[in-house]
This record gives sequence, C-alpha cells and structure tokens, in this order.
Amino acid sequence: MSALTIPIPEIAPPWTLPDRGKVAMACLIIAESAIFTIFVVAYLFYVGKSLTGPQPSDVLETPIFYTICLLSSSITIHLAGKFLERGKQTAFLGLWCLTFVLGAMFLFGTGQEWHRLIYEHGLTISTNLFGTAYYSLVGLHAFHVTVGLLMLAIVLIFGLAGRVGVEQAGRVGVLSMYWHFVDVVWVVVFSVVYILGR
Amino acid sequence: MSTQVIAIETAQQNVGKPWTETVHEWVTTVDHKRLGVLYIVYALFYLVVAGIEALIIRIQLMHAHNNFVSPEVFNRMFTMHGSTMIFFVGIPVLFGFANYLIPLMIGARDMAFPRLNAFSFWLTALGGFLLYFSFLGGNGLYGAGNAPDVSWWAYAPLTAKAFSPGHSSDYWTIAILVAGFGTIGASINIIATVLSMRCPGMRLGRMPLLVWLNVVMSGMVLIVVTPLSAAQLMLLVDRYLGGHFFDTQAGGSATLWMHFFWIFGHPEVYVLVLPAFAFISEIVPVFSRKPIFGYPVMVAATIFIAFVSMSVWAHHMFTIGMNSYANSFFTITSMCVGIPTGIKIFNWLGTMWGGRIQFKTPMLFCIGFLFQFLIAGLTGIMLASSPFDWQLSYSYFVVAHFHYVIVGGILFALFGAFYYWYPKITGRMLSESLGKLHFWLFFIGFHLTFDVMHIPGILGMPRRIYTYEPQRGWDTLNLIVTIGAFIQAIAILVFVWDLVVSYFKGAKAGNDPWDAWTLEWSVSSPPPAYNFASVPTVASRRPLWDLKHPEDPDSRYE
Repeated sequence: MSALTIPIPEIAPPWTLPDRGKVAMACLIIAESAIFTIFVVAYLFYVGKSLTGPQPSDVLETPIFYTICLLSSSITIHLAGKFLERGKQTAFLGLWCLTFVLGAMFLFGTGQEWHRLIYEHGLTISTNLFGTAYYSLVGLHAFHVTVGLLMLAIVLIFGLAGRVGVEQAGRVGVLSMYWHFVDVVWVVVFSVVYILGR
Repeated sequence: MSTQVIAIETAQQNVGKPWTETVHEWVTTVDHKRLGVLYIVYALFYLVVAGIEALIIRIQLMHAHNNFVSPEVFNRMFTMHGSTMIFFVGIPVLFGFANYLIPLMIGARDMAFPRLNAFSFWLTALGGFLLYFSFLGGNGLYGAGNAPDVSWWAYAPLTAKAFSPGHSSDYWTIAILVAGFGTIGASINIIATVLSMRCPGMRLGRMPLLVWLNVVMSGMVLIVVTPLSAAQLMLLVDRYLGGHFFDTQAGGSATLWMHFFWIFGHPEVYVLVLPAFAFISEIVPVFSRKPIFGYPVMVAATIFIAFVSMSVWAHHMFTIGMNSYANSFFTITSMCVGIPTGIKIFNWLGTMWGGRIQFKTPMLFCIGFLFQFLIAGLTGIMLASSPFDWQLSYSYFVVAHFHYVIVGGILFALFGAFYYWYPKITGRMLSESLGKLHFWLFFIGFHLTFDVMHIPGILGMPRRIYTYEPQRGWDTLNLIVTIGAFIQAIAILVFVWDLVVSYFKGAKAGNDPWDAWTLEWSVSSPPPAYNFASVPTVASRRPLWDLKHPEDPDSRYE
C-alpha cells in the first residue's frame, strides 16, 4: 500500500437505471417492427405479380384525410402527456379524448375503404395476391390501431373517474410510445401501399 | 461502500401441506426461480419425448428396407422431433436457466415483470401442448393423418390445404406461433430486467458474461423470432382465409417462405448457442480457478455474432438457385461467423491456460463442448462454401453437422450447466460418479452417432428418407449410428436417474459448493423467495472474490 490513500466516499454514488416500462415498450416496438417489416417485404415482393385483377392502380384511393387524422393524433397524445406531467388534468382529458376520436376516425376510414373495395370492386383477401397482401398488411396495422384504441379507452375511463394523475404520467408515457409507433408504421404502410405499390 | 451479502436459511415450509396447495402454488407462481424450474422441467419432459422420436427414426433407418414404422409415421416423427427439440426443448430450457440465474446474478429480487414472466411460460407450455394434441385432434378429414408431417421447415407448398388436409399443419402453425409469442415476452422481460433491475455498482461492464450473452440473445429473439411469427400469420391467412402468399398457382412464391423461415431459422441457432456460450463462460473460469480471459472481447464477439448471424440465412438456400452475387455474399458472411466464435474458443482456452483445472463433471462437459463445437464449426465452414454445399445439401452430412452443433455444442454445455447449478436450485449435489458415467456414456454415444453420420452423407444418403436400398454401403454405417443413439439414450437415463435420486439423497450443497464468484452463490441453496435479504452492492466482476479476499479485491484492478 502506498502512503497515498484515496478517501472512500461515504455517500454511495447515484445509481439510476432506465425505466423498465419504457425499456419493455421499446423492445416490443423493435419486435413489432420486425413483424411489419416481413409483411411490408411480402407486399413489395408481390407488387404487380397478381395473375388476375383488380390491380392497385384501378381501385385504391389515397386516404389523405384519415391519414391526417391519425398523424395529428400523435401530436395530441404528446401534448396530453405534457399536460398530465404538469398536473393539468382537464387539458389532459380533453386532448386524450381528441386522440381517441382521431384514432377512431382513422379506423372508420379503413373500414369504409374496405367496404368500398369489397362491395364495389369485389376485392377480398382471397381474390388475388394484391388482395392477400393488401388486407394482411393494412389489416395488421388496423389491428394495432384497435389495440391502441382499447388502451386509450381504458385510460380515458380511468381519467373520467378521476384516477389518472401526475403519478401515472410515466405509464401514460409508455402507452403514448406505442401510439407513436402505430402512427410511424402508418407512414411506412401508406408509402408502400399508396405510393410505391401503385 | 461495502459488499455485504446476507444469507438466510429458509425453513422447510413444505412439511404437512396438502399436495393440492403445492400444485396451486406452482401453477400461480410469479417467482422467477419457480418459473425457471418450470421451464427446465417442462423442457426435460419434451427432451425425453423428442428423444424417443429420434430413437424411432433411428430404429427405422437401422438397416435397408426396414418396416418398423410406415413412411407416414416416419415423416411425423422427424417433424415432431425437430419442432419439439428446437421450440419446446432448446428455447424453454435456456430461458429457464436465464430466468433462474439472471436476477440472482445481477442482485435483483425478481424479473422486471413477474406476471409477464408467468404469462410467457404458460404460452410456451400451451404451444407444446397444442403441438402434441395434434396426435388426437389433427384428424380433420378421414385419412388426413394426425400429427404434422411437413418437417420443421414446413416448406410451401407442403403446407397448402391441397397437400396437407386436416388440421395437422394448423396445430403446428399455431403451436409455433403461440410459443413464439411466449419467447418474445420472455426476451422483453430479460432485457428490461438487465437494463433496469441491476443492483448498485453492477455496471454493464461488471455483469457476469452469462447475463451479457443472454441479453444479446434476447435482443436477437426480438428481431428473429418475429419474422417466423409473421410468416406463420401469413400461412394461417393462406390456410383459413384463402390467401395466396405461398400459393404458387396464384402467383405466390414458395421461395418467399424459405426466406422468411430461414431469416428466423439460422439466427435461431445462435439464439440457442449464445446461452450455451454463457454457461461455458461461467463454468470454465470457476474450474480453472482463473477469471475469464478477455472479458470485453468476449462481449464484443457476442455482439459481432449477433450482427453477422442476421445476414447469413440464405446459406440454407444455395441449392434453390440464387445468382452468383447472392451465393458469394452469403458464403462470405457465413464464413465471417467463424471469426467471433474463434475468438471465443481462444478466450476459453486462454482462461484454462495456466489455471489449476479441476476435472469435475461440469468442467468435463465444457471441455467436451470446446472440442466438439470446434469440429461443428469446421464442418459449418465447409457447408458455408456454396459449391461444396451444392454437393452435400439435404444430405446426412448436413444432419450430422447441425446435430454436432446442437448436441455436441449446446447439449453438452447444458449438461455442464445442470451439474453446475443443480446444487443451487435444489440444495443438493448431483452424484459425481454418476455424472462421470453420464459424461463418458454420452460422449461415446455422441461420437459413435454423429461422427459416423457424416459418412453416409458424403456417400449420398439424403435426409428425411424413410428407408433405402441395400448395397449402397450405408447399412453398416447406419447401424453404428443407431447403436450410438441408444448409448446416448442410456446416458440420458443415467442423467435423469441422477437428477431424481440426488434430489432426495444427494449430499447437501451449502451456499457455495464450487467456491465460485458470482452473486447467486452468496445466497442459500435453494435461494429464498426474495433472493437477497438486503440488496447487495458490487464493485467488480467477481463480487464473491472481493468478499472472500478483502486483502486483494478485484475492484483494485478493474
């Protein structure tokens, strides 16, 4: 031992670790991204390979309005989270409600488009390759929107009962990570289906 | 800062409790240790089941024109053997050890999400149940056959409704899908636990290598198991909703299924082998009485393997006719895997070099692993070369190669892990003499089976044939392979006997029978439900060394 001794700090250095909810949601998003990647690859691989009609260029209409709805719901959920962190519950609830409505409108838009494709153009999942790939990819996304809406509704119900406060801000933040992911996936699906795929 | 670890003896609480209560406790448990044990016991059960299927395959191939089972049953047997061994033995047993050990090794009281943990296990369990329920429920149509018979790759169009009527393929698809979700849940849990639950001082660079390797493995699972889930969803769309993903008559592509399957299938090998590396990296240092050689390089090599393994999948598809650029690319990337694995083998040798090696049973299995994994890697390099692969793909050479990896590598490491951690899990030692008998029997049986199996492959024997013509020079070789398989089966019986008898009559283990250095050995055996009475603080990679040698702690040098 040398004469020089380094004093050992009495107070333990701060030991902070990342939030487990956020880590888990990030992992889930990575896993989900891989699932979507496979469906997107399948869609792109089968573009123009349908042996029979209808083809995408004949029947698809770009859902610009509903896309704006879904993308703006990302902004409202983000602001809602900020308000919750600052303890402004009324503003939080209002924006949360708006998020839910915007998401529901998007889902309604998807339903409307499917109705039109099925009844006007006779395109179902078994009609041709385009139908298989289209309904699977858009349907997988719509399924994620539905799950997101269910979770938004649960938070909304608890919020209306006055049970969502500042202390839940972290958990609400985890949910909004998921919702942002659903929106980002739509950007990819939109580009693939309505721009590249035509 | 002190490294204080308190061990508390658990009272025997199981005395006088009705058995229904014990069952209820195990079914509803969210304790990572109990779930770990459930995973391991579940996997051991399927190991025996799939082992019996392997024996049926081997009896059928014992000599030419054998009629032990019909061709249909033979197809079911190799499908069930492969699917079970990968999805319901390999993955659960490795997740079982990860579940049991990771919280103990990083000084946590449980996983990050105990209920998700239980949910993941029961999903996996349901998957195995569904797969085997197909024997009863698969008969959708008269004469359709029960258990799945499409092999574990389930290449299109074998799985199309026209070629696989009834529900056998559906049971296979749903079983794998459900078990895949369980695997993904367990991986998310492991990553969240490692990133968010470490005890004070347990920086990433101080985690035991087992934890490192398992967290990298879990990261891989997120990216590689999900493509399989996606492909299974597509297959379900095809079979139930009349989709055309893999329907070549409607413009679909059978090759796309191959790509999706192998994007999962090849990295899956690394998902299985990384935890095996993890066991070796814990056991070899303890029985060499030296710290692991080149810790940072080991971590880097692991991450390198994870990256490279994502870009090698099409080496399973050289024979379908890709262009020369694809062939070259996948040949080069596949050979690149040899670099980080070579680094690892040298590091384990470096750990043993100059150490005072104790040839206890866990160490014997590890040394067996080192040699066998090296040979498996060398035949892997041979098959990675696309012209060579054109000759030997779909032959018994390939079967011998990947069994060398999975049995000679992963299973040997796993047996080492059983002998090493059994005292911690049960509080009793496994018998050293039965362990040595198990090792030598299994070692001889393994080499008899899988060394010899390379030769019929080179002589042109294709895989998945239910019988063959005499006078091809395959008869004697196949007989030797079958004899080796039975020697391995006897070794497994010795092992199971040892597991059962030692549970009741084994020598008491105490907290730390191997004089080891990681945190799990600081608590009693078996550990109490809460793991650590007070959350430990660590200052180096070998906290127990620091505790045992306060005059010369590792923390001074790291």
